[in-house]
Amino acid sequence: MNKKKLSNHLLSTPFYLWIGAFIVIPLFMIFYYGFTDKTGAFTLENITAMAEPWHFKALMISVVLSVISTIICFLLAYPLAYILSQMKVNSHQYVVFMFILPMWMNFLLRTLAWQTLIEKTGVINGFLTALGLPALRIINTNYAIVLGMVYNYLPFMILPLYNTLAKIDPSVVNAARDLGANSFITFKRIIFPLSIPGIISGITMVFVPSLTTFVISNILGGSKILLIGNVIEQEFTVACNWHLGSGLSIVLMMFIVVNMVLSMIFDKDGEANAL
Amino acid sequence: MSNKLVDLQHISKSYGDNLILDDLSLYIRENEFLTLLGPSGCGKTTTLRILGGFEQPDKGNVIFNGQDITSLPPNKRQLNTVFQQYALFTHMTIKENIAFGLTIKGKSRDYINDKIKYALKLVNLQGYENRMPDSLSGGQKQRIAIARAIVNEPKLLLLDEPLGALDLKLRQDMQYELIRLKNELGITFLYVTHDQEEALTMSDTIVVMNQGYIQQIGTPEKIYNEPENAFVADFIGESNIIGGIMLQDKLVSILGTKFACIDTGFGTNKPVDVVIRPEDVELVSPDKAALKGVVTHLIFKGVHYEMEVMAGGFEWLVHSTRMQPVGTEVGILVDPENIQIMNKPQSEDEEAVGVNE
Repeated sequence: MNKKKLSNHLLSTPFYLWIGAFIVIPLFMIFYYGFTDKTGAFTLENITAMAEPWHFKALMISVVLSVISTIICFLLAYPLAYILSQMKVNSHQYVVFMFILPMWMNFLLRTLAWQTLIEKTGVINGFLTALGLPALRIINTNYAIVLGMVYNYLPFMILPLYNTLAKIDPSVVNAARDLGANSFITFKRIIFPLSIPGIISGITMVFVPSLTTFVISNILGGSKILLIGNVIEQEFTVACNWHLGSGLSIVLMMFIVVNMVLSMIFDKDGEANAL
Repeated sequence: MSNKLVDLQHISKSYGDNLILDDLSLYIRENEFLTLLGPSGCGKTTTLRILGGFEQPDKGNVIFNGQDITSLPPNKRQLNTVFQQYALFTHMTIKENIAFGLTIKGKSRDYINDKIKYALKLVNLQGYENRMPDSLSGGQKQRIAIARAIVNEPKLLLLDEPLGALDLKLRQDMQYELIRLKNELGITFLYVTHDQEEALTMSDTIVVMNQGYIQQIGTPEKIYNEPENAFVADFIGESNIIGGIMLQDKLVSILGTKFACIDTGFGTNKPVDVVIRPEDVELVSPDKAALKGVVTHLIFKGVHYEMEVMAGGFEWLVHSTRMQPVGTEVGILVDPENIQIMNKPQSEDEEAVGVNE
């Protein structure tokens, strides 16, 4: 018994080392920097800095764009995931594969590809002007950033939705039909409620990376639109103010944690065990 | 007896190249407990699903209460189904599960509450209104699934192997419960199972199916005592199926020994299959019988002993409360009434239809 326990501990050593070196210590350092000033004295200034108009505006833009992207992803992904889950065995796996395939390509590459597509003299505008249509101004706007977020994070919405929808027992759906429910009521009262865990993980997996991204806004938003991710990035790389950058990161992290907790409370039946 | 409630006419169904049902015709009378019995893949569940509206037949009509409902969706049919894996709505309480059908029909709250109370009492689960399905045992879940179906007062209740997932003791209790429910409610039951004991215990009528064809329709007694072919004899209970020759009316030669029987009309010197149930084989001292043999195996089964007797080149299965040790020389006697004569399948084709060995 004790021997078994000991070997279990030994086997999990790399895991503990990993957690310590790459999660606990960095987190501790971020908290240290976030709550100190350049002299090393305790301060809350880095935290409260989020309330400054310049930072707050960046946070608000981030929130609005992430919410819009998440909603668009959801609206695109749910019908698709539902159709996929209804398809006959074998064929649906290829379709799912098709949607995951872009994820295997480099994230930066995909975003840069969009830049060439939508830039002022890019591929799409080339087509439009050749057809005598007015050129679009998408690049360096909020639209471009939302486009980038939706394109990059859509698979993260489709997969959890597809997984929960595919797991719903067809006989439960049959039972609802058998008890007199038409397709709409069956969807509203059975399929949708049973897919809530997938919806919550999908939203989490799109909203969180959208909120913290700085690559998409750098490439598709030019330097015109600063998201909170860009602000934090610049504090670290340009302004070299690790203290302020850490402080803002902590606030952003808390913001996400609060959102997650709220969504768990909203899902009061505790069905989000997929998280 | 009373009217036909359901009339399945010339139903055919195949999945791809796989023919599941071939020209199946069957009717169910009002207030009947009819069981579709057969091995897996015999088409019994497909028949139930066609009746429930979950599958469309390729050919044929489904007549329900005088109306053709072949293309009607499940929600428009006046019948309810109890599914094999309960299929309860896990995100709803027991109360909400049972109320599901009634709220869709727009019944009043008082009516629904009364019905829930009544249904829970009927299945002996009073006070479970606010529990969640996942907190119930298998037997309780199945009873809730039954309650959820019967509150809608269907004319016909379809039960798709509802006891398959339960353990033996619970299954036996539920069998009595189902018989009681049927008598109290006066609903017609269509029951699908592969368990012959379940079928014999509960049914008014048993339909034995194999490979998409009906093998025999009859009361449990008739199916058990007078199987029409070797498949039915073999599937229902245990039996000795022996090749024999019908010498003349009421006389059959089995393994070279003449036995008196009660069947007539087979002609003279005709090869036949003979079915003798193991409990109908009488073991006597060798000098009292024409067919003699030796006990080769002996197992104690609780109610009776199961013995194998080698006699006339055939291993006879014998059930008896009187034990004969291995090696004992015995004589075999069979009461004429207990010898069941069946036609041998004529051709290979008929063999495939009739017997799945």
